[in-house]
Amino acid sequence: MTLDVTPKPGMPWEVTIKQRAVTGSLIAFAGALAAAAVEMTGLSGKLGFAVSFFVIATGLIFIQQLRMRNLQAAKDALLSSFAMLGIVLTLIPIVSIVSTVVIKGYKGIQPGLLFKDMALNSVNDPIQEGGLLHALVGTVLMVLGALAISFPIGLLTALYLTEIRGALARPIKFLVQAMSGVPSIVAGLFILSSLVYPVTKELSGMMGSFALTILMIPTIARTAEEMLRLIPNDLREAGVALGATQWRTVSGVVLPAAKSGLVTAIILGIARIIGETAPLLLVSGGGDALNVNPTSGAMGSLPYYIWKAFLTGGTEEAFARAWGGMLVLLAFIFILFGLARFLSGRKVG
Amino acid sequence: MTLLENKSAEIPAPREITTQPRRSDQIFRGVVTLGGMASLVILGLIAFFLSLKGVHILSEEKFAFITESRWEVLTDENGNLVESTLGIGAMLVGTFLAALIAIIVGVPIAVLSALYLTFYARGAAKKILISLIDLMAAFPSLLYGFWGFFVFMASAEYWAKLLNKYLDFIPFFDVPAKIFERSPFVAGLVLAIMIIPIVTSISREIFDQTPLDRVQAAYALGASKYAMIRAVVIPYGRGGVVGGAMLGLGRAMGETVAVYTVLNIVYQVNWQVLFGAGGNVASLILLKFGEAGPYEVDALMAAGLILFILTLFVNALADLLINRFGSKGK
Repeated sequence: MTLDVTPKPGMPWEVTIKQRAVTGSLIAFAGALAAAAVEMTGLSGKLGFAVSFFVIATGLIFIQQLRMRNLQAAKDALLSSFAMLGIVLTLIPIVSIVSTVVIKGYKGIQPGLLFKDMALNSVNDPIQEGGLLHALVGTVLMVLGALAISFPIGLLTALYLTEIRGALARPIKFLVQAMSGVPSIVAGLFILSSLVYPVTKELSGMMGSFALTILMIPTIARTAEEMLRLIPNDLREAGVALGATQWRTVSGVVLPAAKSGLVTAIILGIARIIGETAPLLLVSGGGDALNVNPTSGAMGSLPYYIWKAFLTGGTEEAFARAWGGMLVLLAFIFILFGLARFLSGRKVG
Repeated sequence: MTLLENKSAEIPAPREITTQPRRSDQIFRGVVTLGGMASLVILGLIAFFLSLKGVHILSEEKFAFITESRWEVLTDENGNLVESTLGIGAMLVGTFLAALIAIIVGVPIAVLSALYLTFYARGAAKKILISLIDLMAAFPSLLYGFWGFFVFMASAEYWAKLLNKYLDFIPFFDVPAKIFERSPFVAGLVLAIMIIPIVTSISREIFDQTPLDRVQAAYALGASKYAMIRAVVIPYGRGGVVGGAMLGLGRAMGETVAVYTVLNIVYQVNWQVLFGAGGNVASLILLKFGEAGPYEVDALMAAGLILFILTLFVNALADLLINRFGSKGK
């Protein structure tokens, strides 16, 4: 006798539509209860609603799972509610920050912004006057200066950790990690005590670059190390087997293969330092006029521009100016991040 | 035959077989090793130069530099130093207080969202969330500071009032006067928001490394997600998460601009976290630097040295924990 019906494989673990409907209606019910609680009791506002909604919804789902299934399932539901709460609480600030900067910042954006400096204007002037050319130029110069120093050092550190793997690899890795924790203000103080006071006796853009270098090296070194580790060992072995020296293997095979990864390291390094404020307040001074000479004279920067507009202004115009600067800074960070994602998403090699 | 006829031709000497690297490799290895030492050299130089400037202050003020809570410098009309009392006690207390609040509030949220990202989120949503959180970790502290001041302060004040209303029998939540703005509590919350993305990404990476066979074994034994996480993920990731929290602590302790913007910096030891007065070492340096004379600048260098050593210590501990527990499990 043969079966004329092939048994269909069931998937009992799949959430059924009925279960979804039950959960959905519980959540809706919790929303209604929370709204009622805000109306009736002392709880008030959005926050009161959010808190009571979370507590009631979690409680209801817990009881439902407990009655339908068992304690284990109820605890499982509890954890997933809390995990959801965690991610929501993490995301609220980022949404709030980005929307605040965009909403308040677009008022500070005007056509002349990128072509004029603040040499003849105060932060309280109408928003059409002045601009952030000096700050933009200063930031770009300082970041490029910092990059010129930290990229070679960071790359060499990464090469030491991945290619040479000397006896000191473990301690060096540890020190790079420790260096990434150096507070930015300490980096500023270090440049002050080692270079500004004894040698140059003047604040300048170059000093700013040096201070930023200290913050940039660990980011570049760590990212570059990760990227170099992604290069398959076969490539290195193939290079050596063909008779190349280690130098030729690294320069001819490993580094070209890791090119996009290294660009990512540079971009993340720039993103790390582009908004640094504290060290620049100490060592680069803050110019309001365009200064393209990094070796002498105070040099403006985007963070300083924002800082000054917030702290010395007080008028509507000053705030609009500051948020406008913040929007430009944030746009930079977004672009850099997008680039890094795009590059590191591509296949290595 | 040709071979025999050519007998007189010179046979080149065989290549010398050696394990000695070529000249180019020797140079390459030397340069890379030198470059690799850069972090060691830079950290050493930071310690050296800050000590050079600051150590005479430390030897004059001795232990009082850490315990004393006054920062007074008296100079005569020529700018010569008459009398000084320099101590960063209050600021050290403020540093720990704000960082502690950040850890207490931030770490649970970060761990929960890391759990969500690792075990609940799927597909495109997971990728987007991870990039968003990485992006948030790259936001400058300036942005957090001013957002905290202009946007977040109002809601934080509301919570502070609630805490004070219902929990004021706990000494920490009592206030001498009803001033809730710009308090260490608010600064701590802003710091918490700053460290959440960092701790989240580290915890997520650690959770991701949980051995799949153990996870599958737990599921095969009929464990729910909760039971699996409790039995496998938490014991495996505990050390790494603690390390991540320490890393967050280090960042929170060294934070300058965000604290300077949000906190009302007052030179007194303030344990009452809801009251609008406090400070931290880094923001003190920024605050006093503008008007400081040479002697005071040296004292600020000494304060920077102490901050440097503190954060170095915390980071070292964090690194130890992450690497000890992160890669191998218990």
